[in-house]
Amino acid sequence: MGSITLDHVQKSFGGVTVIPDVSLDIKDGEFVVFVGPSGCGKSTLLRLIAGLEDVSGGKISIDGEDITKTAPAQRKLSMVFQSYALYPHMSVRGNIAFPLKMEKAPKEKIEESVANAAAILNLTDYLDRKPRQLSGGQRQRVAIGRAIVRQPKAFLFDEPLSNLDAALRVNMRLEISELHKKLNTTMIYVTHDQVEAMTMADKIVVLNAGNIEQVGSPIELYTRPSNLFVAGFIGSPKMNFISGEKARSQGAATIGVRPEHLQLNRESGMLTGTVGVAEHLGSDTFVHVNVEGVGQVTARLPGDMPVSHGETVHLTPQEGRIYKFDEKGLAI
Amino acid sequence: MARAVSTRRKVAVSIIAWAIGLIIFFPILWTFLTSFKTEGTAIAVPPKFLFFDWTLENYFTVQERSDYFRHFSNSIISAVGSTIVGLIIAVPAAWAMAFSPTKRTKDVLMWMLSTKMLPAVGVLVPIYLLFRDFRLLDTHIGLIIVLTMINLPIIVWMLFTYFKEIPNDILEAARMDGAGLREEILYVLTPMAVPGIASTLLLNIILAWNEAFWTLNLTTTAAAPLTAFIASYSSPEGLFWAKLSAASTLAIAPILIMGWFSQKQLVRGLTFGAVK
Amino acid sequence: MATLHTQTAARFMMAPAVLLLLAWMLVPLSMTLWFSFQRYNLLMPGMEYFTGFENYRYFFSNPSFWAALFNTLYLVGGVLIITLAGGTLLALLLDQPIFGQGIVRLLVIAPFFVMPTVSALVWKNMLMHPVNGFFAWLARVFGFQPVDWLAQLPLVSIIIIVAWQWLPFATLIILTALQSLDEDQREAASLDGAGPFSMFFYITLPHLARAITVVMLIETIFLLSVFAEILVTTNGGPGTSTTNLTFLIYIQSLLQFDVGLASAGGIVAVILANIVAIFLLRIVGRNLEA
Repeated sequence: MGSITLDHVQKSFGGVTVIPDVSLDIKDGEFVVFVGPSGCGKSTLLRLIAGLEDVSGGKISIDGEDITKTAPAQRKLSMVFQSYALYPHMSVRGNIAFPLKMEKAPKEKIEESVANAAAILNLTDYLDRKPRQLSGGQRQRVAIGRAIVRQPKAFLFDEPLSNLDAALRVNMRLEISELHKKLNTTMIYVTHDQVEAMTMADKIVVLNAGNIEQVGSPIELYTRPSNLFVAGFIGSPKMNFISGEKARSQGAATIGVRPEHLQLNRESGMLTGTVGVAEHLGSDTFVHVNVEGVGQVTARLPGDMPVSHGETVHLTPQEGRIYKFDEKGLAI
Repeated sequence: MARAVSTRRKVAVSIIAWAIGLIIFFPILWTFLTSFKTEGTAIAVPPKFLFFDWTLENYFTVQERSDYFRHFSNSIISAVGSTIVGLIIAVPAAWAMAFSPTKRTKDVLMWMLSTKMLPAVGVLVPIYLLFRDFRLLDTHIGLIIVLTMINLPIIVWMLFTYFKEIPNDILEAARMDGAGLREEILYVLTPMAVPGIASTLLLNIILAWNEAFWTLNLTTTAAAPLTAFIASYSSPEGLFWAKLSAASTLAIAPILIMGWFSQKQLVRGLTFGAVK
Repeated sequence: MATLHTQTAARFMMAPAVLLLLAWMLVPLSMTLWFSFQRYNLLMPGMEYFTGFENYRYFFSNPSFWAALFNTLYLVGGVLIITLAGGTLLALLLDQPIFGQGIVRLLVIAPFFVMPTVSALVWKNMLMHPVNGFFAWLARVFGFQPVDWLAQLPLVSIIIIVAWQWLPFATLIILTALQSLDEDQREAASLDGAGPFSMFFYITLPHLARAITVVMLIETIFLLSVFAEILVTTNGGPGTSTTNLTFLIYIQSLLQFDVGLASAGGIVAVILANIVAIFLLRIVGRNLEA
C-alpha cells in the first residue's frame, strides 16, 4: 500500500518561500509526475515527501498515518537520485543489498532479493563490479535495483534520466514504465521534461513557482489546460498564443492554437504571414511563420511540406481546436 | 623530424631540471653522505664525495646515546598524539560543517583559520606562564595540547574540503535506504572519507614533527622532541659533523618519506583548499 | 539543506572544536593584552603594577625594536622574492616533459620536510663554515676568498637558509596551479597566434596570479615568526643584525623575563600578522563561495 496525502504543505528556506501551500492526493499504485520549469519547487516537494527536508507547515501522511516528523529512514520510501548516488566503495551487489542490510534482513533473504532485482534489471553479470566501472545506464539500473529490493511503499524519482544521452533516455523511460506495470507500486517522478511527463504518467502535477497549476491525466492536460501556463508548458512545439483584435473577436483576451492544429493554405486563411524557417523532420514539418501584428506562429504539418523562405502563406486553426483564455489567463 | 627536435629539447630541459633538482637536494644529500664518514673525513678539505671509508659508527654512537631514542620517541608521541587528538575533535566538526551547513558555517571556518594566523610569539608569555603554573612545561601532555591546538584549524579545514567532495546525495541515499545517523557515518561516510582522513593524518604528523617554536620553548629535557635535540648540536657539539649528520638523517628520514607520499595533499592542506 | 534533526546533531559535533579554539585564542591573548599594560618582571615577583602604555612606549623607543622590525621586513621580503621568482621558474621548468620527472620533483620538494633546526645546523656547519664548509671549498676551487657567511653576511645567510626551506612550497603550489591550466585555453591561444612569451604573460601568469598570492600570504604569515633558524645559527647576532621581532620578544620574555615588555611586543606582532591575515582570509573566503 502506498497512498500519500499532502495537506497544506508549506516550505520556506530562511525568508524565501519556495512552496506557499500545496495539497495533493496520490492514490496507491499511481504513477504521478511532478513537472515544471526549473526552480518551480518540484524537487523540494519530493524531498519533503522523502523527509530529507522538514516542512515549514502542513502535514504529510502515508496510508493515513502522519509521517510529517518521521525520519527519512523510517518512512519506507525509496528514492532514485539524479546523480544515482551509488556508494562508490561498494560493489553493485553491496549497493543493492544495502537497504536490506539496514533492515537487518537475514542473509539468505538478502541474497535472494539481490539476485531477483539483478535479474529484472539485467545486472546479473555486473554484481561484483564497482559503480565506477559501469556505464551511465547501468548505474541508473543499480540505483533502481537498490530502490526496489526494499519493497517500499512508494518510489521517488528525482530527474533520474537527465544525466543520460537521448537514446538511452527513451529506453530507460520504457523500462521504468514497465517496472511500474510489473510492481504496481506508487511512483512519484520529478522531471522538467514534459515529454517524459506525458509518456509515463497516470497523473501529471504541473507546478509553477511552488503552486500547483493543474492536476490531471496527460490527455486532460493536453485537451483541457486550465490556464495559459499549463497550455504553454504541455505540448511540443509550444502552443501559439494570440492576443489583441483577433482574440477579442473570439470573445477572449488570449487565444491559443497548438501547432499541430493549424492548417496551411496558399490562398486564404485566418492568419497571413511570411515563412521564416522551416524545419523538416521527415515525418513532420515545423513551419515558423511571421504574422503581421501577431508575431511568430509555428505550425506542425504532417509529412514533408515544400515551403520556401519568404513565401506568403495562410494559416487556419482546425474546427473547435481554439483555446480561449480570459484576462487572468484562465481557460474559458 | 619534428619528433627528433622535441626529443632533443626534452633532453636539454631534463639536464637543466636534474641539475637544479640536485643542487636543491644537495644539502640533504651531503648530510646523508657525511653521516657515513668519520669525524676526520667529515671536515676534510677538499671534501670527499663517495670515495671514503663508509662507516656506520656514527649511527651506533647516536644509538648508544640513549637520549637520542628518548627524543625520537618524544617526537613520535607528540606528533602522533596531537594528530590523533586533533582528528577526534575535528572529524565531527568537519562533518557538521560540510553536511549540515548554516549561514554561520563560513564565518566559523574563517575564524578557525584566523586563529592559525595568530603569531605564536604573541601568546608565548601567557602560555609559558600557564604551563608553568599547571606544571605542563616539559611534559608530553603539554606538548600534545599545544601541537593539537595550533594544528586543529588545519585539520578541520582539510577534512572539511575532503568531506565537501562527498556528494550530499549519497548520504541522503543512505538515509532513504534506512540508515540512521550512526550507520550513515559508519558504513557510508567513513569508508568514502578514508583517503582524506589518511592524508590529513599524514600532513599533520609532518607539521607537528617539524614544529620548532613551541617545542624549543616549552621543553627542556624530559619531553624534548628531535627539534630540540638537534638544536643542542648548535653548541660545541656541532663540531662533530658526522654525528650531527647521522642524528639529522635519522630525524628527517621518516618525515621526508611521508612527505614524498603526501605532496598532493600538502598543497591542499597548506593553502586551505585555495589551490588544488 | 538539512532537517532540524541533523542540524541539532551538527551543533553538538562542532562544539568541542569551537570551544577549545575559542579558549586557546581568547585566554592567552587577553592575558598578553593585560600584561602589556603591566610593569611585570618574573625576576621581581610581587612588584607588578599598572603602567599604561609605558611598555609600548619603551618597546617602540628601543633601538632594537626598529632593528628587529627592519630585519623582519628584510627577511620576509628577501625570502618572498627568492621563493616566488624561483618557484615560478622552477614550476615552469618542471611542467615540461622531463626524463624522470617524478624523481626531480621529489628532489625539489624535499627541503620542505626538513625540520628547521636540522636545516639551520646543516647549513651553518657543513655548508657555510668559513674553513671546512662546502662553500668555502667551492670558493677556493674557483680562486675566491671564502666568505664567513654567518659573521660577514648574517642576515643574508639566514635569508638563504629560510628561502631554501620555502622554495619547495612555492614551487609545489605554483606547479599545481600550472597543471590545472586548461589545455583548451592554451590551444585556443596558440591558434590565436600567441608565441611562448605572450602565452606566459597573457595566459599563464594571470592564471597563476591567485596561487602566487596565496603562496605570498601564507609564507608571510610563517616568515613573520621565523625563530628556530635564528636560534641555532646566530642567536640574533652579531649585535642585533639577525634579530627579528619574534626573536626579540623571545629574548625579552624568556631570557630577560620582562613579561610586560614582551607582551607589548607580542601585541605588536599580532597586529602586524593580522594585517596580512585579513588579505589571505579574503582570498580563501572568496574561494569558499565558489
